[in-house]
Amino acid sequence: MSIWEYANPVKFIRTTDRLMPYLAVGAVICLVSGLVWGFFFTPDDYRQGSTVKIIYLHVPAALMAINAWIMMLVASLVWIVRRHHVSALAARAAAPVGAVMTVIALATGAIWGQPMWGTWWVWDPRLTSFLILFLFYLGYIALWEAIEDDDTAADLTSILCLVGSVFAILSRYAVLFWNQGLHQGASLSLDKEEHVADVYSNPLYVSIAGFVLLFIALVFLRTQTEIRARRARALIARERLT
Amino acid sequence: MIALLTRDLRLAVRAGGGFGLGLAFFLIVTVLVPLGVGPETALLSKIAPGILWIGALLACLLSLDRIFALDFEDGSIDLLATAPLPMEGIVTVKALAHWLTTGLPLVLAAPALGVLLSLPQGGYFWVVVSLAVGTPALSVIGTFGAALTVGLKRGGLLMSLLVLPLYVPTLVFGAEVARRGGEGLTVQTPLLMLAGISFGAVALLPFASAAVLRINLR
Repeated sequence: MSIWEYANPVKFIRTTDRLMPYLAVGAVICLVSGLVWGFFFTPDDYRQGSTVKIIYLHVPAALMAINAWIMMLVASLVWIVRRHHVSALAARAAAPVGAVMTVIALATGAIWGQPMWGTWWVWDPRLTSFLILFLFYLGYIALWEAIEDDDTAADLTSILCLVGSVFAILSRYAVLFWNQGLHQGASLSLDKEEHVADVYSNPLYVSIAGFVLLFIALVFLRTQTEIRARRARALIARERLT
Repeated sequence: MIALLTRDLRLAVRAGGGFGLGLAFFLIVTVLVPLGVGPETALLSKIAPGILWIGALLACLLSLDRIFALDFEDGSIDLLATAPLPMEGIVTVKALAHWLTTGLPLVLAAPALGVLLSLPQGGYFWVVVSLAVGTPALSVIGTFGAALTVGLKRGGLLMSLLVLPLYVPTLVFGAEVARRGGEGLTVQTPLLMLAGISFGAVALLPFASAAVLRINLR
């Protein structure tokens, strides 16, 4: 029994099919309870008023935007080293989800920034690096779409993902150097001073769990779709030959 | 390697005007910016280092698809791939040729164009230094982007989308060196970071470019 057994597409589909209901139901329960708890049962902040509650969308989305890229990096590495097709397809499946998470983080940030900072957008390091991350997602998705041959596309995009990761980290520190931030520090931190108050952070944990489950469910679903689409293409190609 | 380099340089100078293209674009950008933002000297000298860097970056980007596209069309890239020279060497030479025909002229032209943008006195030296250190990175990163999209029809737009985010750290540190130099501040930290990115890219990216090119040619 090893994790590589799941590189078999049939086994992957069977296992994820079994897990899917739990993931989907868990995601819905966590998201609904976390968001409802956060939106209606937490007090207004004394300075930010009720706008503080956008944190329950903003922070989990931003977290998943970064973690989706890391997951794509790991999947790309697995594809380069062990050449399991499911891995390449999982990386492909995660990219649009990650891009949407990035957009959610940027949009909710802008909506919050308008009343609080008085502007939709500032060239703050965090905002800028998220915009750059979004560009990386766009390039990655566009490269997948542009190349006809599946294996070539998988190889090229996984190398782009590796190189892109290095440059994304470089950009992160470059923009940190380039401008002082307006964005507040980490919301969740072991440092008591930096951590938001417990009354806000408890619903946030539930909401983050919901986003994580949602991400896993979506990636599984999209990977299954990719596997089936590829199988259908193979069947059509075989029909044509005979 | 030297034969390939001289061949690429000759092709760039003699055929198709790839040599002058980047330089002409650089000139046009620096002439158009004052027309666009107005002729105030104070404003111009404030934004001059950034404009010079952006102009150089876009001029580099403009000539990237020439690196492999012509060789791919007439098939000479396949001959190069079967040559005894390793693929890493080929992409390094290609990047070097691109830098010699695009990056180096930009570095040399920058002070002359700085006059047009009323670059502050102390800025000339640091603009040249930062461009000289930074443009090799632009060429090497661009070669990677060109190798990624070599087989694609109309790959130019896709290549810009792929390459632009990769250019961000180089641009940030390069423009920062030029800006600080112009204001007479100390430039050591961004200059070292820029040099680090440049050397790192020159040392490591040819391997990625060669891998990508091999995949595209198989």
